[in-house]
Amino acid sequence: MPKVTIDGHTIEVPDGTTILQAARMIGGDVTPPAMCYYSKLKTSGGYCRTCIVKVTKGSEKDPRPMPKPVASCRTTVMDGMEVQNKTAPDLIDARNGVVEFLLINHPLDCPICDQAGECHLQDLSYENGLSKSRYEFKRREFEKIDIGDKIKLHMTRCILCYRCVKVAEQVCDTRVHGVMNRGDVAEISTYIEKAIDNDFSGNMIDVCPVGALTDRTFRFKSRVWFTKPMDAHRDCSKCCGKAVLYMSGNEVLRVSARKDMWGEVEDAAEGKPGWICNECRFEKKEVKDWTIEGPRAIDRHSVIAQNKYLDKKNLKIDVSNQKQIQEKAHN
Amino acid sequence: MGRKLLTQHINVPGIRNLETYRQHGGYDTLRKAFGMKQEDIVEEVKKSGLRGRGGAGFPTGLKWSFLAKPEGVARYLVCNADESEPGTFKDRYMMEHLPHLLIEGMAIGSFALGCRTSYIYIRGELMYVYHILQKAIDEAYAAGFLGKNVMGTGWDFDLFLQCGGGAYICGEETALIESLEGKRGNPRIKPPFPAIKGVWDCPTVVNNVESIMAVVPIVRDGGDAYAQIGIGKSTGTKLISACGHLKKPGVYEIELGVPVEEFIYSDEYCGGIRNDKKLKAVVAGGSSVPVLPAELILKTANGEPRLMSYESLADGGFATGTMLGSGGFIVMDEDTSIVKNLWTFTRFYHHESCGQCSPCREGTGWMEKLLHKILDGHGTLADVDLLWEIQSKIEGKTICPLGDAAAWPVASAIRHFRSEFEEYVRNPSAIRKDHHYYRVNNLNPELV
Amino acid sequence: MSVNKEIKFSDEALALIERMKQRYPAGKQKSALLPVLHLAQAEFGGWLSSPVMDYVASILSIQPVEVYEVASFYTMFNLKPVGKCVVEVCRTGPCWLMGAEDVVKYIEKKLNIREGETTADGMFTLKTVECLASCGTAPMMQIGEKYHEHLTLSKVDEILDNYRSNTVDPISHWSKDKI
Repeated sequence: MPKVTIDGHTIEVPDGTTILQAARMIGGDVTPPAMCYYSKLKTSGGYCRTCIVKVTKGSEKDPRPMPKPVASCRTTVMDGMEVQNKTAPDLIDARNGVVEFLLINHPLDCPICDQAGECHLQDLSYENGLSKSRYEFKRREFEKIDIGDKIKLHMTRCILCYRCVKVAEQVCDTRVHGVMNRGDVAEISTYIEKAIDNDFSGNMIDVCPVGALTDRTFRFKSRVWFTKPMDAHRDCSKCCGKAVLYMSGNEVLRVSARKDMWGEVEDAAEGKPGWICNECRFEKKEVKDWTIEGPRAIDRHSVIAQNKYLDKKNLKIDVSNQKQIQEKAHN
Repeated sequence: MGRKLLTQHINVPGIRNLETYRQHGGYDTLRKAFGMKQEDIVEEVKKSGLRGRGGAGFPTGLKWSFLAKPEGVARYLVCNADESEPGTFKDRYMMEHLPHLLIEGMAIGSFALGCRTSYIYIRGELMYVYHILQKAIDEAYAAGFLGKNVMGTGWDFDLFLQCGGGAYICGEETALIESLEGKRGNPRIKPPFPAIKGVWDCPTVVNNVESIMAVVPIVRDGGDAYAQIGIGKSTGTKLISACGHLKKPGVYEIELGVPVEEFIYSDEYCGGIRNDKKLKAVVAGGSSVPVLPAELILKTANGEPRLMSYESLADGGFATGTMLGSGGFIVMDEDTSIVKNLWTFTRFYHHESCGQCSPCREGTGWMEKLLHKILDGHGTLADVDLLWEIQSKIEGKTICPLGDAAAWPVASAIRHFRSEFEEYVRNPSAIRKDHHYYRVNNLNPELV
Repeated sequence: MSVNKEIKFSDEALALIERMKQRYPAGKQKSALLPVLHLAQAEFGGWLSSPVMDYVASILSIQPVEVYEVASFYTMFNLKPVGKCVVEVCRTGPCWLMGAEDVVKYIEKKLNIREGETTADGMFTLKTVECLASCGTAPMMQIGEKYHEHLTLSKVDEILDNYRSNTVDPISHWSKDKI
């Protein structure tokens, strides 16, 4: 088992662990942000370059530092490797540069974007972005496309993380959308408008780190921070049936898969990601369709987690419920 | 006259045809190779010190020795004939005139590496060269140099051509592999390296046309003989594609170590600057490498003569040096606008970025727009600083070297010709009149 | 998938595609995609419509989206109709140094079209392209598979006039008898 040190924290990890996975095991500030890597999707990662880290010592065997920052999501830990993330100012500067690149053509239309509040790019730009854009040219624009009646593709917001393409390949059985064109006019598209007609296509919404793929059944219904996320399940013949309901009163505004602290779909069973089917996601919008388990503990540092529930009274109940759940989990 | 190892017969009429090629010793080296142990051929290539001629300069023999050889798994030698680096046209020239030299090199290399099938990936625009190569391959099959039981040795070997579709990025070896698999030319994230997992996940070696061709004289004369040519770690001969404002542009085979000054000015090579103008700047190894002003390309910062070799051109690092790269030698005379030339390069990288990773996808376009703004006379001094910062944020942050290739020309142009950028900012009306003709040496002090 | 009846490769092209597939290991027939697209472009009017791309997908037993992705990545594939003669002028540094910009301007004026446009009679499409590995013989342009090098404005006149008067037939890239 190789040992790796990241920002001074040493951890022993299984063979084949990437730097990013090791950093997630350590947790906290040590973990680099990731916009395209998704542990549940094979061959994901490496594109966005936000998770770059500095390897100051390659390994015990070959202690030379790596000449360039490496994508931590795609670099395997070697025994004795030493890595800097938050502790290297030049690396932070490089990451800020990557974030600026991701933002120059992004419309920054958060006020009208359904993803706002749970958008990874929003978090990233808060932590690594400049307060003002230095890009003065016209931003790239694309037409909005409906991919069937349930999913909206707002390509202008896309950062080309390829996650949705990998969902189509690995979770749905066929892929009808992909990346067209190249360079800075590359776009996610079906080329000729085609509905993505697959029971699991809705998972593309869950993996999208920005507001490029959103749920049309939730479109403009509510800001996400005004909703109450509740864990719920149902017997489903197609999927695990474990979901999160985003509720307002007794109304189910949106259904998504359950996501962990990294924004990824939780495992439903050991090693089996809890992708949910389109029926659970789009059709089951009544409380009676579901067995409510209780309020969802939102671990990420998103707006929903930052005490912005609709009213304080409910929040208190939620907090005590969450505490109980957590205590149970610990015991 | 320097020794010629690749081009000595290039002017022989009919050398493109098998018969004439045979009369000049063609395929004798392949026969010799079959009499050698495979690992000994690799050893000779290692001894020769041959460095990858596509631009990166990685030792070819070492690359060959990395090839994984798992039992029962096919492995492939792929020739990178996707020559697209601005300023470089040697491979096209060689394939057009000496197709059999490439085929013989591919056969020897494939035998040495144990590859039963190999491919030449040629850029799609070079259709007419594709036909020339295909005709030569057909000849070689008919004569028993390719196919079943090559030259009666019992060795079966197939060589196929594959065409590209128009994408500079496919010159990057993993993008080339993706393209060969019928996909978009998106570079792969490494590791795994092609030597372990290449075409169809099989171990693969990708070599440039010139590298493959150089294997023929190496095996013919021995690695030691090859290593004696050249200077230091820059062994053998190199094809230089000389272009721009020269009296005699063209492809020259030089012994590595020729002084740059001799290469530019002597009649044996480029014959000096067109119209007897003054030399302003040179991009020595294809558009990706740093541009150097005349004084630094002719002499190093220490005042020593600069030589056409990997080490000498790199002397001084990026502060005062450059790289041999692919040998695309672009010469600019005193009337050239460095900023405008840079803009065409940056437009090129913007156009050719595959779009996979964010710094290159977004940064190349941003740089192009800023340069256009400056050329248009709307730039500010802050734009020049921003340009510098953008290139520094791209360099070293991308999946493949295209990011670096886009950053280095910008960095070097600002490093060595900052005053010219500032002139564009300060004196836009004079600049707007004519982009093409711009005398940096005749700055009008009244306008500054 | 419904494929337009009109869209069918000639028998010789189909035979050629079968031979192409043999160049790759079993099951890797997708590798033939680029050559087949060139062939399709040569057979179906110089450009790739989406029905043509769907047809290519069916021939290689791959998803149509895999064809769209590839066709839209590479610059040689036209996703819109083009003129009979596609004039591609290199615009990158080394050609620019030798006057490529003037060549482009001259052709624009001569044909009364802008870069990227096609003449009203459908004869010429003017494109600017990136480096074609002909820097030592700059400026240059490519028409079909032919390289026209060491261009001067009068040479451009002569070349284009020859194409217009049909004394020279523009050979499209990758014509079927040659792959």
